[in-house]
Amino acid sequence: MSVATTEKVSGALAKYEVVIGLEVHAQLSTKSKIFSWSSAAFGAEPNASTDPICLGMPGTLPVLNQEAVQAAVRLGLAVGSHIRPRCRFARKHYFYPDLPKGFQISQFDEPICEGGTIRFRVRGEARAVRLVRIHMEEDAGKNVHATAGVSFVDYNRAGVPLCEIVSEPDVRSAEDAAEYVRALRTLVRYLGICDGNMEEGSMRCDANVSLRLRGETKYGTKTEMKNMNSFKNVRDAIEHEVRRQAALLDRGERVIQESRLWDAARGLSVAMRSKEQAHDYRYFPEPDLPPLALSEAYVAAAKASLPELPEDRYERYTGPSGLTPQDAGVLVAERDIADYFDATVKAGAAPKKAANWVINEVLARVDDARRLAEASLPVPAAALAELIGLVDAGTLSGKLGKDVFLRMWNERRRAGDIVAAEGLAQVSDSGSIEEACRKVVAAHPGELERYRAGEKKLLGFFVGAVMKETDGKANPKGANEILRRLLDQGA
Amino acid sequence: MGSFDARGASIGSISDAVRARKIKAREVTEAFLERVEKVGPALGAYLLVTAASARKRADEIDQALAAGQEVGPLAGVPLALKDIFVTKGIETTCASKILRGFVPPFESTPSERLAAAGTVMLGKLNMDEFAMGSSNENSSRGLVRNPWSLAHVPGGSSGGSAAAVAASLCAGSLGTDTGGSIRQPASLCGIVGMKPTYGRVSRYGVVAFASSLDHPGPFGRTVDDVAALLEVIAGQDPRDATSVPAPVGRYRDAARAGREGLAGLRIGVPAEYFGAGMDPEIEAAVRAGIDELVQAGATIVPLSLPHTKYAIATYYLVCTAEAASNLARYDGVKYGYRAPDARSLEDLYTRTRGEGFGLEPKRRIMLGTYVLRSGYYDAYYGQALKARRKVADDFAAAFAKCDAIVTPTSPIPAFKFGEKTADPLQMYLADVMTVAANLAGVPALSQCCGFTKAGLPIGLQVMGPPLGEEMVFRVAGAYESRTKWHDRLPPDHTTAPLPGTAVAQALGGAA
Repeated sequence: MSVATTEKVSGALAKYEVVIGLEVHAQLSTKSKIFSWSSAAFGAEPNASTDPICLGMPGTLPVLNQEAVQAAVRLGLAVGSHIRPRCRFARKHYFYPDLPKGFQISQFDEPICEGGTIRFRVRGEARAVRLVRIHMEEDAGKNVHATAGVSFVDYNRAGVPLCEIVSEPDVRSAEDAAEYVRALRTLVRYLGICDGNMEEGSMRCDANVSLRLRGETKYGTKTEMKNMNSFKNVRDAIEHEVRRQAALLDRGERVIQESRLWDAARGLSVAMRSKEQAHDYRYFPEPDLPPLALSEAYVAAAKASLPELPEDRYERYTGPSGLTPQDAGVLVAERDIADYFDATVKAGAAPKKAANWVINEVLARVDDARRLAEASLPVPAAALAELIGLVDAGTLSGKLGKDVFLRMWNERRRAGDIVAAEGLAQVSDSGSIEEACRKVVAAHPGELERYRAGEKKLLGFFVGAVMKETDGKANPKGANEILRRLLDQGA
Repeated sequence: MGSFDARGASIGSISDAVRARKIKAREVTEAFLERVEKVGPALGAYLLVTAASARKRADEIDQALAAGQEVGPLAGVPLALKDIFVTKGIETTCASKILRGFVPPFESTPSERLAAAGTVMLGKLNMDEFAMGSSNENSSRGLVRNPWSLAHVPGGSSGGSAAAVAASLCAGSLGTDTGGSIRQPASLCGIVGMKPTYGRVSRYGVVAFASSLDHPGPFGRTVDDVAALLEVIAGQDPRDATSVPAPVGRYRDAARAGREGLAGLRIGVPAEYFGAGMDPEIEAAVRAGIDELVQAGATIVPLSLPHTKYAIATYYLVCTAEAASNLARYDGVKYGYRAPDARSLEDLYTRTRGEGFGLEPKRRIMLGTYVLRSGYYDAYYGQALKARRKVADDFAAAFAKCDAIVTPTSPIPAFKFGEKTADPLQMYLADVMTVAANLAGVPALSQCCGFTKAGLPIGLQVMGPPLGEEMVFRVAGAYESRTKWHDRLPPDHTTAPLPGTAVAQALGGAA
């Protein structure tokens, strides 16, 4: 975003309060579809992952995938939703080629989860956005438009389970909206229920945006922004919409309630359909699925299965572990990173040092932190802890430690093996260091004279020479002391 | 061997003979196929005859029997299916233009279970389009005629299933009953038809009309035949989430037990089912049937089912709403009929659906769309659900006082083609005796209890409590063992009907 537009948004923000509610669709990473047996995985040949049920063939009936229910319940519990003891599915009707049955099986008046809160941070500041509900539904297929008015439909996605997470209009800026979505992605990835990939569409976001004069209690007319397939898109699209609405209101015009499609390439949105053109979905209870009853024992078991959640981890890292908010934020962002960090600490490394090594050495070498687990890191947490221990004990200098880490990474060897095999252990024995120091001083009479004449910065030169003499194994602190003594002796 | 007569042959007699190797399954199949060829054309009951695969199947059964293998309880019994049952590799159309050419890649659960029991499938039977009708006049594939009188309707919507069994064009058949579509045609054709408890028979692979009201069920010549078919097709199905986990009863044993009498049983007779508008011949026959049950040892309990008067209205709100939803998938995109040369997506939809659906599905789609409109849900569908609950409560209260309920199946005998098509409401009233059992989901059976002076069959309806199929069979078995109506056979019509009796624009009817 350019400086000019930032100023424009700030101008609008001074006068208007931005009100945003978010609807996020998360594809649940179940093995099979929500009502049938074909694979729910992304990326198959068009229409390869289909069956008579997800194609909506006459005579077929939906059977609810319990794995999807489990995922929705765990998500609800993770955000503190009320899990309804009895929920129901409903049919939502509209005609579109990618919708095989002419209706989508969704939930309407009895969603599986009600209420809840998403907690996250924006530049260290805590935010809490309340949820209206989380409901389950099936995804639609995809229309593929070929050239010259020819279209195809790919039903691989039809019937993939979704959770729709609907927030209250509690979000107050485009940045907050993007961070909310990011926090949700972190959460679903922690729970292992969705891969959170916005580019592939496994997480999708719609935003309801309106403005009102500061101090006004009534909401303004909202528009619904669609097609924002990255965090950056979420932020850009909402910022654009805030400016657009502010300009309208400033000119005394009215905002029209409509859906708008974000065009990231052109950096603008286009109107899709107005309220008048909106569908009448004719919801009614899905007669092919009995109401879903969830016992207290079921919910309790799901609760017990929850991992430590990102916000709890953040509190632990910034509290007892003593990490900076920045470091804690980086580590918490992906469960695999945080798990790796925790394992490093558990293997004996001090939290702050472990955090430095993980962030500066490990993460610097990982292309995509989201694929940490798949990559199976060449340096296991225990090995990293061992290396940190060698540096802490003075066996390796910080610089040597980094070199050793690089070799561990590239050669998949343990630090101890490398040190032993290469004789890299730091020399701390003062006798052998003194011998090297004397040799170096004797070999450089000119530099010695200049040093003694007051050119003290030459100490560094001598230390360097000693390190060279010892192949870098001398303890720099020890060498420093001995050299200083030798050099200052004759002054 | 060699002298098998398909006319009037019962399922029990065929399977016993085939299993005992007294007759070959192939011979039985040939005998029925011959009748289909000779007697079938006058009736219009079959949409598709799968003769080649039927012969192959019959031979397989004979070979398995010769090899001493287990072939199933209904080995060699030739059956046919209402064209609403999805059949793998065999065109399934619901008698609608919009499904022409649809060859499903899967098999319905009921037909799959029948095949596993050793039956031989002869083909697909005519019906009212998407099971919407009470006279089979709503088929896009032509009329079905009543074997007892070619000028009369066979009832609907399972008209083909009832006529085919009555005329011995198959030994038994399957139909579906959404508001009376098994019982009413069974009544009009003088055979036995049963709608079991909702969820007793899986709906997987049964094309949906109104999901919460659709009940697949069997037709047969006798109570025992229907019991035998139900024993095979009933039972929970993991592919139908609304199918019930209750164990399947011994329905043939229950029917047999009825022959020993009904001592101690209380038969409820609801006043609301004997009101104005009933044909006096029907009332007389049904009252005589009730007397027969008293003779068998039952006591009569006069009853009231006070919400019966709301049943038709409730039924048409629920079934149209669900139908409009279930029929939304026929859009020309994926299978079946697609209007040629569409100029746009909108054009594709409106022309495909406009040209593909007949008048009655269109009427119900429009009604159902109206019923579910935003802002009208509570007034129509919501109210209907409440009324439906009241109707079910009526039955619950009644079954606290009696073991089974007996009523007429239809207030009138078979009517003539075109007689009720001009006024859809008149046609909808044909279901007045049957829809309540669909709303409440209770099991109900129709069996023949006499004939009008004109020679048209009259049906007696026996209803039981939820999952009380055995009670229904016991009562029906008792009645059948004391009467001879089921032994009567309609005449064979080997000549084509006179031209001019066909009614092109069939309009009305329930399901």
